[in-house]
Amino acid sequence: MTRNQSSRRLRFFGRIAHATGLFLVALVICLPGAWIILNSLRPTVEIMAKPAIWIPKSLTLDAYTAMFSSVGHGGVPVWDYFRNSLIISITSTAIAIAIGISGGFAFARYRFRGKSALFLGLMLTRTVPGIALSLPLFILFARLDIIDTHFALIVAYVALNVPFTIWLIDGFFRQVPKDLAEAAQIDGCTRWQAFWQVEFPLAGPGVASAAIFAFLTSWNEFALASQLTRSVNSKTLPVGLLDYTSEFTIDWRGMCALAVVMIAPALALTFIIQKRLVSGLTFGAVKG
Amino acid sequence: MKSLRLSTPFLLLLPAIIVLAATIALPLLFSLYSSFTPYRLTRPESLYVLIGFRNYMNAFTDPVFWVAFGRTVLLLTVALNLEMLFGLGVALLVEKATRGQRFLRTLMMFPMMFSPILVGFQFKFLFNDNVGLVNNALQSLGITETAIPWLIDSSLAFISILIAEVWSSTPVFAILLLAGLLAMPREPIEAAKVDGCTPWQSFRFVTWPFITPFAYIAMTIRSLDVGRAYDIVKIMTDGGPARRTELLWTLIARTGYSDARMGSANAMAYASILLSILFTVYFFRKLAAARQQIAAEW
Repeated sequence: MTRNQSSRRLRFFGRIAHATGLFLVALVICLPGAWIILNSLRPTVEIMAKPAIWIPKSLTLDAYTAMFSSVGHGGVPVWDYFRNSLIISITSTAIAIAIGISGGFAFARYRFRGKSALFLGLMLTRTVPGIALSLPLFILFARLDIIDTHFALIVAYVALNVPFTIWLIDGFFRQVPKDLAEAAQIDGCTRWQAFWQVEFPLAGPGVASAAIFAFLTSWNEFALASQLTRSVNSKTLPVGLLDYTSEFTIDWRGMCALAVVMIAPALALTFIIQKRLVSGLTFGAVKG
Repeated sequence: MKSLRLSTPFLLLLPAIIVLAATIALPLLFSLYSSFTPYRLTRPESLYVLIGFRNYMNAFTDPVFWVAFGRTVLLLTVALNLEMLFGLGVALLVEKATRGQRFLRTLMMFPMMFSPILVGFQFKFLFNDNVGLVNNALQSLGITETAIPWLIDSSLAFISILIAEVWSSTPVFAILLLAGLLAMPREPIEAAKVDGCTPWQSFRFVTWPFITPFAYIAMTIRSLDVGRAYDIVKIMTDGGPARRTELLWTLIARTGYSDARMGSANAMAYASILLSILFTVYFFRKLAAARQQIAAEW
């Protein structure tokens, strides 16, 4: 009886500890973002107040209206940055996915010599740190006179996204049984038709998540963009964030508002891909 | 017929190879060449002067370089280990959760989607000595009277950067390890329990070997873009004050763009590229080995 009781008590405390642990994790994940959102809504006086004001007295959307109208002194052209980010991310994603489908399919469906070496080689191109890659790209693009254009960043981002896209799409195609395409071919499809009508639709959701991941990489990239862009012609949002800092002062509220604008699309897309991304990355981890 | 079968995959891979060769391999060859010249952006003709290994000699005899190099390796080692540890902890917690697992999994992915520049900004704000949340909280609670200079003191700044880095990348580990835990068959653990294993033993000898490949996938993915830490440091401290948080990448950027000494920046960049490649190849081989072991045992 007592043993029964003590074990029950132990389990109860275990459950409490577990819930506390989960709560702490969730808190650590959410707190920084929540703080940013809160401060984008508070007037600057309140952000700067000493001693700190913990319960906000007034919440306004002033920072957002100021940002998007971008009039008055020192207005940051957020609309232009937003447009640039969108154009560059979408174009480079589309190209990277087209290349990734063809490459990922080759890795998933064919055996050829030097396959794993080639795979590793492709991955290694991704390891080059952005800032190290930016040096030669900066010199070459300056010679070609394409610095500060959308084209320059699109080319760079396609190259940045291709290796990872191939990895993911390879995983998704391997989840589609080979027999299906073979059956379709026996029924009279050409290889090309079998791919588009059988294999592609089945791997489709996976490809879509790869696309979202590539989009986010381009959307978030900073090291290359900070060197290859100059003006409103091609500056993207991450580079634009630095517009709010000057030598001695930082517009905390404006930066918070822009941060919210940057993260909102990314978070929305995360909901869509979260499950498939993992399965694409780990497929083959167990089965080899 | 045989040659046709052989050429199909290469044909399919050709676009990828062309793009990567043109935008990464060739520029890197060019930067390798320019690392042997005294090239300065302000003097284009200096690109055609060869000076042998002088840039490398200068970098490798410069204490500034080695301090930055050491700090980078230290940051990566500590960060990767902490991320692994926390990631495992979070994965185990979430796996045990009986309700809301899907919600927790989505929540866990949030930091991954934050652009590194945003992570840097967010923690710069939190750790700001004047308006930051951390100092405000410490002062309101009466733990400290004066503001703690989180981003100015050299070891505190290193810790702040480390926290930002760990915050943003722990989810990669947590999510992949969780995927491993969920994919694991139930029987071996039950068998271990029946055979009288303690929870620790069954974790160490049953669960852990099974999820190691997932850990290495996470490590490989992480090492693919360790250079992202540049963004975080750039906005948080920009290597300052007085180079107290200088990493390899900020040093390269400073030498190449601010001082316009492209030649020596490229020489240092090569050191950083080799460092990343080393990390990736190491984990990739571990991954392959772990895969084989799993395939043999299960």
